[in-house]
Amino acid sequence: MTDRNRIVVVGGGHNGLACAAYLARAGREVVVLEAAAQVGGAAVTREFSKDFRVSGCAHLSYLLDQGIARELKLASHGLKWAREGLKTVALSPAGDHLVYKDGQLETGTLSDGDRKGLAEYHARMLKFARILAKQHNRKPPRLGGGGRAELMGAAALGLDIRLLGREDMREFLRIAGINIYDVLEEIFESPLLKGALALDAVMGANLGPRSNNSVLALLHRLSGQAAGNPGLSIPAGGMGSISEAMAAAARAAGATIRTASPVKRITLEVDRVSGVELESGEMITAGTVVSNADPARTLFGLLGARHLETGFVHRVRHFRNKGMAAKLHLALEALPSFTRLSSELAGERLVISPDLVYLEHAFDAAKYGQCSPEPALEITIPSLADKSLAPPGKHVLSAIVLYAPFDERANGDAARRELLDRSLAVLDRHAPGLRRQVVASELLLPADIEREFRITGGHWHHGELALDQFMMMRPVPGAAQYEMPIGGLYLCGAGCHPGGGVMGSAGRNAANAVLATERAA
Amino acid sequence: MSIKDAMGHKEHFRKCVWESPFHPRTAALNIRNEWHRWKDYSTADAFFDEQLEYAAIRNACAVFDLTPMTKHLITGPDALAFLNRLVTRDVAKIRPGRVGYTIWCDDNGQVIDDGTIFHLREGVYRLCSQERQLDWLTRNAFGFDVTIVEDTHDVTGLALQGPTSCAVLKAIGCTGVQNLKPFEIGFYAFAGTELTVSRTGFTGDLGYELWIDPEHALELWDALFDKGKIHGIRPMGTHALEVSRIEAGFLAAQVDFHPADQAIMIDRSRSPFELDLGRLVDFSKPCFNGRRALLEEQKKGSRYRFVKLDIEGNKPARSAYIYDKDKNVVGTVTSAEWSPSAKKNIAFASLHMPWGRPGDELWAEIYYQRELKWYKVMARCHVTEQPFWDPPRRRATPAADF
Repeated sequence: MTDRNRIVVVGGGHNGLACAAYLARAGREVVVLEAAAQVGGAAVTREFSKDFRVSGCAHLSYLLDQGIARELKLASHGLKWAREGLKTVALSPAGDHLVYKDGQLETGTLSDGDRKGLAEYHARMLKFARILAKQHNRKPPRLGGGGRAELMGAAALGLDIRLLGREDMREFLRIAGINIYDVLEEIFESPLLKGALALDAVMGANLGPRSNNSVLALLHRLSGQAAGNPGLSIPAGGMGSISEAMAAAARAAGATIRTASPVKRITLEVDRVSGVELESGEMITAGTVVSNADPARTLFGLLGARHLETGFVHRVRHFRNKGMAAKLHLALEALPSFTRLSSELAGERLVISPDLVYLEHAFDAAKYGQCSPEPALEITIPSLADKSLAPPGKHVLSAIVLYAPFDERANGDAARRELLDRSLAVLDRHAPGLRRQVVASELLLPADIEREFRITGGHWHHGELALDQFMMMRPVPGAAQYEMPIGGLYLCGAGCHPGGGVMGSAGRNAANAVLATERAA
Repeated sequence: MSIKDAMGHKEHFRKCVWESPFHPRTAALNIRNEWHRWKDYSTADAFFDEQLEYAAIRNACAVFDLTPMTKHLITGPDALAFLNRLVTRDVAKIRPGRVGYTIWCDDNGQVIDDGTIFHLREGVYRLCSQERQLDWLTRNAFGFDVTIVEDTHDVTGLALQGPTSCAVLKAIGCTGVQNLKPFEIGFYAFAGTELTVSRTGFTGDLGYELWIDPEHALELWDALFDKGKIHGIRPMGTHALEVSRIEAGFLAAQVDFHPADQAIMIDRSRSPFELDLGRLVDFSKPCFNGRRALLEEQKKGSRYRFVKLDIEGNKPARSAYIYDKDKNVVGTVTSAEWSPSAKKNIAFASLHMPWGRPGDELWAEIYYQRELKWYKVMARCHVTEQPFWDPPRRRATPAADF
C-alpha cells in the first residue's frame, strides 16, 4: 500500500533539508533519509584527524539565501557565524600581498588604474550577478512550454537584462558567455590581482581562465552577495552548522530525519514512484520522492535508466559532471607563518594564484588528465576564529586545490600523494616551514569526493555551471522544473537550478514545485 | 570475400554500392538492367515487366531479394526488457518462434521507424527495419544487459510471395511448412545448413520470407527456381512490390512517414496514432519511448489522420493535394497506385484533423501528362477502413497449394 501523502527526501544535504523543512511547514509528512551518519552532504563538518575538525567539502558560505535563513529561522536553530565578510588576500611568495574586499584595496600596491578598475569591476560584476540572483527563487521557464507562466518567466529574465540600461546590457551580453582572462586583461595590469580574481571564476569548474563560461561561473559565485548575502563567511562549528540548523528547522516543522539510512532504490508502481527501498531492505512507501542526490545517481543509480525514455536518458548521461577540484585538510601544530602576513590576516581567505598564466598552466595539465604540477589554492584557517575546531594552540587549514581532474589517470594513492606533496610545496613557498608543522593531512580527489559525499563525478555543483547547463537547461532541457519525467519524482539538489554552492534555493524551489503539482492535481 | 569481410574491410569505400549474394542470379534475370540503390545495395526496380511480376505475386509466386533490409540480433538477459522499452507494443506477447510487426518512437512519441521483431529462440531476437538503427539501439542499451549486433550483411533474405509459395517450399524440402501460421517461424535443414522460414511478407498475400547464410544463398535461389518452375515462380522488383504493399495497406518509411530522427521541421514527423497504428501502442507497459507524449496526445488529440482512399477514376493520385468540399487543402497523398486486383484507384493520405472521417467529402487534385501536355482532374475520394486486398488464403492454415 502506498501512503500517497508521505514525501520521502533522499539525501540530507542542505538542499534536501531545506526542501524537507518547507514541505513540513506546509503540513506534509516528510521523511529525510541520509546515507551518512550525519546530515549535511557536502556542507558538513567532520573530524579528519583526532581532535581536528574541518568543513569536509564546501568551506566558505557566500551563497546561502538570506530569505531561507530568515524563513527557516536558522539563527534560532543554532546557526552562528565565526566570521562574516572575509577579505581576500592574494598571496605573493615575496610577501607583496594584496588585500581587498568588495572592490576596495586595503593593503598592497596597485596602480591608480587598477585600484579604480577593481572598484568598477566589482560593482559591475555584482550588478550583473543580481540578474542571476533574481532567478534564484524562480522556477525556470520551460523551453517551448508556451504557457502563460513560461512566457512571464522568460519575459521577467529579459526585462531584468533590459533594465541594466543600454551600456550595461550590452556589456552583460558581451561578456556573459566569454572567458575571464579576456575580461581581466582588458581592465587590469597587476598579474597578482588578475590571477586572484580569475580564481573566483574557475574554482570547482572544468574551466581555465581562458575557457568560455568562466564569467558566468563568476557571476554565479557572486550572485549570493548580489542577493544580500554578507559574502565570504565561516559558520561557527564549520559548514556542517548550516546543515544542522536546517535539520533542526525541518524537525521543528515536523519532518523526520533518519541518518545512516542509505537508500538502495526508488520503487515504482507502474509509472509512478511508490517509495524507496533502503540498503537494509526496509521499504518506505511514499507518493512523492524528492532526491537531493545528483541527477545521474538519482536517475540511473536509484531509479534505473530502463524506467526512463531514451532521449531523456541520453541527455542526462551527457550532463557534464566531472569534478576538477581537490580538497586539502591539514592539522597543524601551530599557526603557519605566511611571509610578511600578520596572523590577523591569516584568518581571511588566502588565495594562491599568482597570475593568469600560472592558473592556465595549472588547467592545461588537468585537461589531459593530470593533476596540476603547480596547483592554485584557496585557503582558510577556520580555527583562528573558531577554537572548537582544533586543540588549543593548534590549527586546521582547509584548502581547495586546483586542478584535480576526475580521471582515472589522476586517481589513486600515488596521485593523491603527489598532489598533496605539490600542494605542500606551494604552501611552503608562501609559508616557509609549514610542511614541518603538519601533524595530519587529508587530500580528497574528485573520486574521493564522489565516494565520500555520494556525488557522481565528485563535482561540487553536481555538474558544470555553464550556459548549456543553466537555468531552464539544468540539469537538462525538459527536466529543469524539478519534476522528473516519472510521476512523483523530483530533484532538489545542486544539479537543478540555481545550481551549486550552499544556497538552499534548489531545495526550496523543489518544495514549491511539489506543492504546485499537488495543487494542480 | 564474403559480404561481412567486404563491408568490414578498410577498403570498403572503394566500392560504395554492394551486390547481394543473389546478384549473380538476379543480374542474369534482370533483362531490363534496371537497378536502384537500397541501403547501399543494388536492387532491381523490375526484371522483365512489372505488371507481369505483380501478376506473379497474386497468381503464382514471386521472389524478392530482401538482403539489404537492416537486421540486428538482440540477445542477453535484458533483451526482452530492452525491446519493451524500445518499441510501443508489448514484446512479451511475441512468443518464441513468432514474429511481430512494430514501430518505435522517440521521446516525443514520433515514429522513428517500423519493422518486425523475430523471436527466433527463447530470448534471441532479430529486429528488421527499413532504416539503419545501430546508433539508436546502442543509445537505448544504456542500463540494460543486452548485446546488439548488426547482422545485415551476415544474413541474406528472400521474400517468396504468392499463392503457390507454400507448394514451392514443400518442393525444396521444407516439410510441414504448410502448418506455419501467419507470423510463425520455422527452421528447416537445407543444403547442410539451416534455412529459417517465416510466414511474413510485404504483399498481403500468402507468402514467406526465407533467411539463410550468404554462403548458401545461390543454392537456395537455384532450388527455388528449379522446383518453382512448374508453380510459375518469377523474380520481382520493387515496382511490383510497391503495388502489392499499398493494396495490403502496409506503410513505407521515407514514403508514408518521415522518420522522426531524420526530420528537421518538428511537424514533419508522425505519431503512431497519426499513422493509424494506435493498435501497436500498449499503454499498459509502464515505460516505453514516447509513452508520456502519446498519453498526452490521447488527451489533447492528434494533429493528423492517416487514411486509405478509394479515388474515382483511374489516374494514380501520386503526391496529390487533398481538398475538402470548400477547396481548402486538408492533406496530401503519400502513396498511390492503380490496384489491378481490387480494380480501384487507391492511395494513402495524411490529412489534418479532423478530416478523413468515413463519409467526409474529399477531393484529390491529380495531374498527369500526355505528350507533354499536362491535364488535371479533381477526383472524388472515399475513405475506406479495410485493406484493398486481403484474401482468405493470406491467413488460412494449413496453407493450400493452389
